[in-house]
Amino acid sequence: MSEETTLTPRTEKEFEYDRKRAARGMRKQVAAFAMMILFTFVAFAAVQAGFPANFIGPVILLLAGVQVALQFYFFMHWDEKGSGTAQFFMYSAILVAFTMVLTFVTIIWWGE
Amino acid sequence: MSSLATEKKGFGAMIWEYLTTVDHKKIAHLYLVAGTMFFVIGGIEAMLIRIQLAKPDNDFLSAGLYNEIMTMHGTTMIFLAAMPLLFAFMNAVVPLQIGARDVAFPFLNSLGFWLFLLGGIFLNLSWFMGGAPDAGWTSYASLSLLSPGHGIDFYALGLQISGAGTLISGINFLVTIINMRAPGMTYMRMPLFTWTTFVASALILFAFPPLTIGLFFMIFDRMFESNFFVHTMGGNTIIWEHLFWIFGHPEVYILVLPAFGLFSEIFATFCRKRLFGYSSMVFATILIGFLGFMVWAHHMFTTGLGPTANAIFSVATMAIAVPTGMKIFNWLMTMWGGSIRITTPMLYALGFIPSFVAGGVTGIMQASAPLDYQLHDSYFIVAHFHYVIVGGVVLALFASAHYYWPIMFNQMLNETLGKITFWFFFIGFHLTFFFQHFLGLMGMPRRIFTFLPNQGLDFFNLLSTIGAFMMAIGVTLLVINVIITAIKGEKAGQDPWGDGRTLEWAVPVPTPFYNFKQTPLVRGLDPYWIEKMEGNKEGMVYAEPLSDIHMPNNSILPFIISLGLFISAFGAMYHQETTWGLYVLIGGIGLSVLAMIIRSLKDDHGYHIHKEDLMDDKGGNV
Repeated sequence: MSEETTLTPRTEKEFEYDRKRAARGMRKQVAAFAMMILFTFVAFAAVQAGFPANFIGPVILLLAGVQVALQFYFFMHWDEKGSGTAQFFMYSAILVAFTMVLTFVTIIWWGE
Repeated sequence: MSSLATEKKGFGAMIWEYLTTVDHKKIAHLYLVAGTMFFVIGGIEAMLIRIQLAKPDNDFLSAGLYNEIMTMHGTTMIFLAAMPLLFAFMNAVVPLQIGARDVAFPFLNSLGFWLFLLGGIFLNLSWFMGGAPDAGWTSYASLSLLSPGHGIDFYALGLQISGAGTLISGINFLVTIINMRAPGMTYMRMPLFTWTTFVASALILFAFPPLTIGLFFMIFDRMFESNFFVHTMGGNTIIWEHLFWIFGHPEVYILVLPAFGLFSEIFATFCRKRLFGYSSMVFATILIGFLGFMVWAHHMFTTGLGPTANAIFSVATMAIAVPTGMKIFNWLMTMWGGSIRITTPMLYALGFIPSFVAGGVTGIMQASAPLDYQLHDSYFIVAHFHYVIVGGVVLALFASAHYYWPIMFNQMLNETLGKITFWFFFIGFHLTFFFQHFLGLMGMPRRIFTFLPNQGLDFFNLLSTIGAFMMAIGVTLLVINVIITAIKGEKAGQDPWGDGRTLEWAVPVPTPFYNFKQTPLVRGLDPYWIEKMEGNKEGMVYAEPLSDIHMPNNSILPFIISLGLFISAFGAMYHQETTWGLYVLIGGIGLSVLAMIIRSLKDDHGYHIHKEDLMDDKGGNV
């Protein structure tokens, strides 16, 4: 791209808008972070409380799934515009990886 | 550095220039030369195989040596010849097609090449250091873990290094195509070769990690006493087969999709017509990319997956025929009503369609699991995948060697000689592989070093060998063509085919090292054609005024990083039987890490070509 890009200073309004946007983003990050810590605590607590294994397993997997979503949408900013390509690739990868795991679980490891 | 004068350089300076270059056009030359070298090595191995099988009970090669040659033929051709040659054209053409000055990460582009080359050299050094790998290119763990000597170690370590290079290059092209398109070059205006490069790079991104994992398991099992694939120790040998084919099936699409792209460019150019069904071509490419990941177990029907798994993978496999068929019909429709010029590239493209369809049809036959129980591990399979890979990929490589030679070297290969090359290669190819279908149906297993006389196999095997010699003559003629053209030294100039449609034909030849003086503005599909049709003599409209251009500096670090891994591979291989092995392993990795640290800590801002210099520079020999 051209090196002679002209830089115009931000107006007062733009500055205000950016500041508000950053503050809103920060609030979301902190909220997501708190939720993730809570989920981790719930996971540990479930094990500590001695619930049956076939209850703990699905619950932890569910929490893990939610954590992955939080990671993508808040920490990796998928909730913002312009992340379409990244999302497309990540969902494709999830689909492909899911197929592999499903195959491995069903035809290699079941019945061993 | 900012001098644009093209001074004559000495031989040493030229070597240094190529060792350190980060220019995509020069890296394309490197890929082309290295890929051709490995193609010739793999070709010689193929000739040895065919000489051995020319007559029954032949003793030209011993059984063990035959296994090594057969393994190295497959491994070399797939990993070290076909892919690098495709990367050569991707590097030479894709940045020009999308109106970019280089790929997104020129440094990584260079690193990708040197990793591939040193990995490939490491693999081939096995011939001189106690024997090559001998468990087939698939290297199934149940066989390869028991292979004596260091052959399989060379395979696992060499492919690990060169695979890392391929992964880096793939990511580089993804980022380049997503981010570096010129203004106006929307996704649905990208030339089809760029599209197929994009999808193939995505396949590399998803397919190479499973291979990396599989190879690491193999390295640990063989050299560091782990037991991932050892069933007596609780491992599972089938996991290698899954990991290998999760990579291996997308790998054939990584090869054939860019070949489709190259042929799409050639068809459109020499039919002087816009590609028929462009959007369905794009859709089919993406669909093939997705389906390519859902079918790997069709290589393992006879492993004992059970009828349910076999049925699922069988149906998924047959589904791939649909988008592939769409592509075939689109090419036929492009020719329909076009004003066709039978040039050498077009001749290859015409030969490609029936050959590839034949390979596809036998593919559908094997997708049917019950039939596959009959065909598995027979010469029918050998015939099938050679029809797909030679009939698809190699024909595409030869076609685009002729087609893109003017862009890469500013010379035209001789057309008459090119057509003679085609007929030798094409007839030889069908003679070699067509009869192997019948050999397979008669029950000749693949990967055997000899067969008995009077079982009806003698004549077809002899025909096959004769065909192989015709292919060798074809390749030799191509090399002679290159040499004659280089000696003649006639300049080709810009758009020598006269019917170029896409941006790569709009840049002056020889292409200036910054590609585009001003970033072009793309106004539709086939931008150069649009400008030509509207009488624009310059062939481009511009998206920006002339201004300084920022360029990256050359660097030797990619070579040093790759060299470190190359050295450490020797350490990993010999550390069990020698005292120095461990130190070499650590030292080699240390060298790589040191080079990476230098790269990270030393600021390298590149340099600028100034506007004044650009205005003087005509660029090329207009």
